[in-house]
Amino acid sequence: MTTTTTATPVLAARELRKNFGRVVGLDGVSLDLYAGEVLAIIGDNGAGKSTLIKCLTGALVPDSGTLAIDGEIVSFKRPQDAQERGIETVYQTLAMAPALDIASNMFLGRELRQRGIAGSVFRRLDKKEMRRRSYEAVQKLGIQTIQNITQSVETLSGGQRQAVAVARAAEFGSKVVVLDEPTAALGVKESGLVLDAIKSLKDRGLPVILISHNMPHVWEVADRIHIQRLGGSAGVITPQSHNMTDGVAIMTGAAKL
Amino acid sequence: MSACAGDTAAPGADDEVKVTLILKDLVNPFFVALQKGAEAQAEKDGVNLTIASGKKDGDEEGQIQAIENAVLKGEDGILVLPAGPAVNSAITKAREAGLVVIALDTPPDPIDTTDQTFATDNFEAGKLIGEWAASATAGTDVVIALLDQFDDRIIQTDLNRDQGFLTGMGIDTADLGQNGDEAQTGTFSGGNYTIACQEATTGAEDGGREAMENCLTANSDINLVYTINEPSAAGAYKALQAAGLEKDVKIVSIDGSCEGVANVASGIISATSQQYPVNMATLGVETIASVVRGGDYPPVSDGLDFYNTGTALVTDATQDGVDSITSEEATEICW
Amino acid sequence: MSLTTTNIGTVNGLTGQRQSVSRRLQHLLHTNPWVSPLVILVLSIAIFTIINPAFAQPRAISLLIQQTAVIAALGVGQTLVILTAGIDLSVGAVSILATMLSAVLAQDAGLPGWVAIIVGVLTGTLGGLFNGFLVSKLKLPPFIGTLGTLSIFTAISLLLSGGRSIQATELPAEMSAGGERVPIGPFDLNIGVLVVIAIYIVVGYALSQTGWGRHVYAVGDDAEAARLSGIRVNRVLLSVYAVAGLIYGIAAWVLIGRAGAATPNGIVDANLASITAVVIGGTSLFGGRGGIIGTVLGALIIQSFTIGLSLAGVDDQFRVLAVGFLVIFAVAADQWIRKVRA
Repeated sequence: MTTTTTATPVLAARELRKNFGRVVGLDGVSLDLYAGEVLAIIGDNGAGKSTLIKCLTGALVPDSGTLAIDGEIVSFKRPQDAQERGIETVYQTLAMAPALDIASNMFLGRELRQRGIAGSVFRRLDKKEMRRRSYEAVQKLGIQTIQNITQSVETLSGGQRQAVAVARAAEFGSKVVVLDEPTAALGVKESGLVLDAIKSLKDRGLPVILISHNMPHVWEVADRIHIQRLGGSAGVITPQSHNMTDGVAIMTGAAKL
Repeated sequence: MSACAGDTAAPGADDEVKVTLILKDLVNPFFVALQKGAEAQAEKDGVNLTIASGKKDGDEEGQIQAIENAVLKGEDGILVLPAGPAVNSAITKAREAGLVVIALDTPPDPIDTTDQTFATDNFEAGKLIGEWAASATAGTDVVIALLDQFDDRIIQTDLNRDQGFLTGMGIDTADLGQNGDEAQTGTFSGGNYTIACQEATTGAEDGGREAMENCLTANSDINLVYTINEPSAAGAYKALQAAGLEKDVKIVSIDGSCEGVANVASGIISATSQQYPVNMATLGVETIASVVRGGDYPPVSDGLDFYNTGTALVTDATQDGVDSITSEEATEICW
Repeated sequence: MSLTTTNIGTVNGLTGQRQSVSRRLQHLLHTNPWVSPLVILVLSIAIFTIINPAFAQPRAISLLIQQTAVIAALGVGQTLVILTAGIDLSVGAVSILATMLSAVLAQDAGLPGWVAIIVGVLTGTLGGLFNGFLVSKLKLPPFIGTLGTLSIFTAISLLLSGGRSIQATELPAEMSAGGERVPIGPFDLNIGVLVVIAIYIVVGYALSQTGWGRHVYAVGDDAEAARLSGIRVNRVLLSVYAVAGLIYGIAAWVLIGRAGAATPNGIVDANLASITAVVIGGTSLFGGRGGIIGTVLGALIIQSFTIGLSLAGVDDQFRVLAVGFLVIFAVAADQWIRKVRA
C-alpha cells in the first residue's frame, strides 16, 4: 500500500507526453514527489526512465502535460531553468571536469566572487570561501575519506567522485535532487558511500528522485518506487508492499499491479 | 672568453679571425655550395667560421637574431646573404659594434648598409640569356612564358634577372624596378613577341612544373620560357614533356650548377648564365680575414656598386655576337 | 574541523602508505606543470654558461628576452586556444595581417600612429572572432577552421601590401616605439618587452583569479561537463579566440618595433614556434591543463638554445636538430605526467 499524504507534493507531473517522431517516449505519465522522501524510478531499458527524468529537469521539453513545484505550475526550457527553481541533477556522467579540483567543480558555473571592488570590477574569485563551503558540503554528507579539497577530481575513486557530485547537488538543490544511476559503475564499498549520502539528504529534508536498475539498492533506500513500463507508468509500490521479485515482475510485465 | 664585441685591438696576421656566415636557408644547393666554398677558404685563411641561417628563404627575423647573436659572441666579422630590408638595422648595429659586415649574393638596399658586397650581376646574367634568345629566335614570333621566383614580394635577384632578360631581348621593360609591368605584345630585337603568362615558382622544381602547366593551359603556343633558376627550369621541362611540346620550346635559365650544365648538354635547357658561388664565398672570406687584420677592401666593379663575381653564358648553340662557353667548359667550373 | 591545504604526498583514501619518489615527483609536476620547463630552462642556461660564460651576462640575457618577446606574446593566445582543446594555425597570419594593414594605412592613408596601432589591434581581434565563430557556431574542428583562415588572412595581407616591406622610417614613430630601449638595472629591455610582460600579467590574472579563467579550463577539460554545469561553452570559445586575436594584434605592433619594419617575413613559422613553446611549457594539447607561465618558459628555452649554441660556435643545422629532440622530450614528459591517477 502506498503511503498517502494530503500535503502538496514538492514536485508534481501530470500526463506528460513526449514523442520522438513515431516513437512514443512518454505516454501520459504522472508522478508525485513529497517532501523528505526518496522516490525511485525503475524500469527496463527503453521504458522511458531517462525521458521522464529529462522532462522533469529541463533537459527535454514535453509535448504536453504539466509540471508543478509546490503547487505552482512551471515550464522548463533548458536545464538552467530547472536549476534556478532548485532542482539539481546528478547525471550519469557526473558533469565534473577531471583536471579541476573538488572545490572548483563544486562551484563550476556558479563561481563565487569576492565582495567589494575586487569582485565587481576585477571579478576576482573568492577561492577561500569556495573551498570552505566545499569542505563543509562534503563533510555534511559524511564523506570522511576526502580530506583534501584541492585535489583534482580525477585522483578520486569512482565512489568518491559520485559522492562529491551528490554533495554538489545537495549544496545547491533547494527543492529536489535527481540522481541518475548513481551506483551503476561502483563496487560494493563505494556504493555504500553513495547510499549513505542519499540517506543523509533525506535526513536533511531534501526529497530525492533516484533512477536505478540495481534492485537491492533501490529497496534499501527508497520510500516509494515508481515503475516505468513501455512509456507509461505501471504503478507505484513501496519496499514494504512488494518485494524485489514482484517489483521486477511488474517492471517486465509478467505481473500487474 | 670575452663578451665584449668590437675588440679594439685587431688580430694580427697569425691570430684567428672569427666569422659567422648567415645564409638564407640551409637547403638550397646554391647556398650549400657557397657554404662549402666558405668553409674551404676559412681553413686556408685561419678563419673560425660558424654557419647560421634563416629558417627559409625570406626569413628576416631569423637573420636578425643570427646577427645579434654574432655580435654577442664577439665575432670579428659577418658574411650575410640579406633576406630583406628588415635586417638592415641589425647590420648597422653590428657595424657600430665594430664588426666587419660583407654581403654575399644579394646586394642590400641601400648598398652601403654593408661594408662591401660580392654578388653576381644578376641583371647581366639575365641580359646574356636574353641576348642569346633574341638571336636564336630572330625572324620568328616569340610567345614567352616568364617564370619568376615570387609574385608576392620584391627580391633583387628575381627582379634583376627578369628585367635583364627582357632588356637582352630588346623588349621595353617600362619600370626596371617592377616585374610584370611590360606590354603584353610588342616587338623585340628579332621580331614580334607576346608575353603569354607570368607565374611564380618559388625557385623550386615543383613550383616550376606547376607554373609551366598553368602557362600552357593559358596558351599552348609558347615557344620561349625564361626561368629564374635551374630547378624551376627542370620542372618546366617536365611539364612540357608531359604535354609533348618539349621539342618546340627553348628554355633559358640562370645558375650554372653542375646539374644545370648537364641539362644544357642534354638539351633540356637551351642556354644558362653561370654564376660562381664558390668564388663569391672565397672572396668574401678572404676579404674579411684580410680587412680584420688591417688590410684593404678590393674595389667595386666598374659601373656597379658591388664587386661582380662574374657570370658567363653557357650554351652549345652559340649565337653570333653573344659570347658564350660550351657546356663542357662550364662543367669544369660548375658547382 | 581544520581545513587542510595542499597536501601533495597524500595517498588517496588509504592511509599509511608512502609513495615512491617518482610518484611524488609526478604528482608535483601534475599540479604545477610549469615546474619541469623551469628546470629545463635553468639547466640549459647553466650548461650553456659553462660552455661560454658570456651567456650569463646581462647583455646576453637582455638579448634573450628581446628575441623571445614576440613569440612569447603570440604564445599567450595560442595557450588560451590550446587550453580549450583547440589549436590556432592562423596565429602568424593574423599577426602579419594586423602589422601590414596598420602599416599600409599609416603610409598610404596617412593615419596617425596611434590610430594605426588601434586598427592593428582591432584587426587581430576581428580575425580571432572569425576563428571563434567558425569553431563555436559552425562547429568546425579548430585545426580545419584555422587552417582555412591561415590562407584567407595571408591572402588578404598580400592583396593589401603586395608583399612589400615598409621600413620604420617611413612610418609614424609610435608604430615602431616597441623597439625603444628601456634600461632596467644592468638589463637592456625595450617597450615591446614591457608590453608583453603586461599581457602576461593581465591574462595570468584572468586565468587564475576569475570565473572566465576557470571556464576556459573546464571547457578544455570536459566540454560536456561544462555545458551541463551551466557554462555557455560557445561563448567561452568565442571569447578565447577573440582574446587570442587581440593579443596577436598587440604582438603585431611589438613586431614592428623589433624588426624595425612592417614586413610579412617578421615571423616565419609562427605556428610551429608558438605551438612548440606551448608544448614544451607543459600545456597539454588535449586541453584543460597548463598555463601561460609554461609558455614563456618554453619560448625562453628554445631561444636560449639559439643563443647558447651560437655562442658555442655550433652551426645552425645542429640547433634545428636540438630543438627537435627537445620537443619530443617535452611531449614524452607531458605524457608521463598525465598518467597520474588515483
